Amino acid sequence: MAKLSVEWINPFIEATESIISTVAMVKIKRGKLALKEDSTVEYDISGIIGITGEAVGSIALSFPKKTALAIVTNFIGEDVVGIDNDTIDAIGELTNMVAGSAKKTFSDQGIRIKISIPNVVVGKNHTVASPRGTPSIIIPFESNVGELAIQVSLKPGA
Amino acid sequence: MKVITIDDSSTMRRIIKNTLKRIGYGDEILEAGDGKEALEVLENNEVDLIITDWNMPVMDGLTFVKTIRANSKYDDTPIIMVTTEAAKEDIITALKAGVNNYIVKPFTPDVLKEKIETVLGKKD
Repeated sequence: MAKLSVEWINPFIEATESIISTVAMVKIKRGKLALKEDSTVEYDISGIIGITGEAVGSIALSFPKKTALAIVTNFIGEDVVGIDNDTIDAIGELTNMVAGSAKKTFSDQGIRIKISIPNVVVGKNHTVASPRGTPSIIIPFESNVGELAIQVSLKPGA
Repeated sequence: MKVITIDDSSTMRRIIKNTLKRIGYGDEILEAGDGKEALEVLENNEVDLIITDWNMPVMDGLTFVKTIRANSKYDDTPIIMVTTEAAKEDIITALKAGVNNYIVKPFTPDVLKEKIETVLGKKD
């Protein structure tokens, strides 16, 4: 399987750091990149966005419940106590912002991509599968409100 | 002043509403979850400002803007697009479709205030 190039991973790492820090006032610290097949990280809520164009695949921004609630509380400026429709919507919008920010970086590098409307998956200890044949990397982050991760699954488009 | 905010994300509608209230434009705020719903709301309501997202299901913001701009009734209604689409070619596409100003998410209250004042002609 082709390896994911750094040029395709970095825009998503930078976008995640920038968006979470801007909208939720939470500083996150990047952990060690892991190949999807070697990673056993599990989450409670994930925002997923499909990518088409010169790169094809998806990204998933995933959180344990505790981290998601803390970040969404800061994002919307109101206390959030459980994973309800508001939390789900907010995680979708955060994922949208991360993908949109990365899309701009790609555009600046001359790579045209399109991003889908976000889907949000909720379920205790779920994992996000990527299509067979699409290289997938998990980038974990740590913060003072808990861990989170972004999974980037991309291959060259037609 | 009457404003309509159009976004499929209830979070973004809430953030925009709260921000409008904070910066002094919160007199009356209507909401719609996509372009089609917004057209329905506008049939029965006149607004002074339209704030719309781009990527939405059912009818996206770009199609909505083109539809609005094809109707002379809305010639003088300013439209601000608030979106994650930040690439230069996207901004040009939106401006060509009839958007008066453009904000990339996430935004600060100061940026929204400045853009509103610009489209309302309160600022050079």
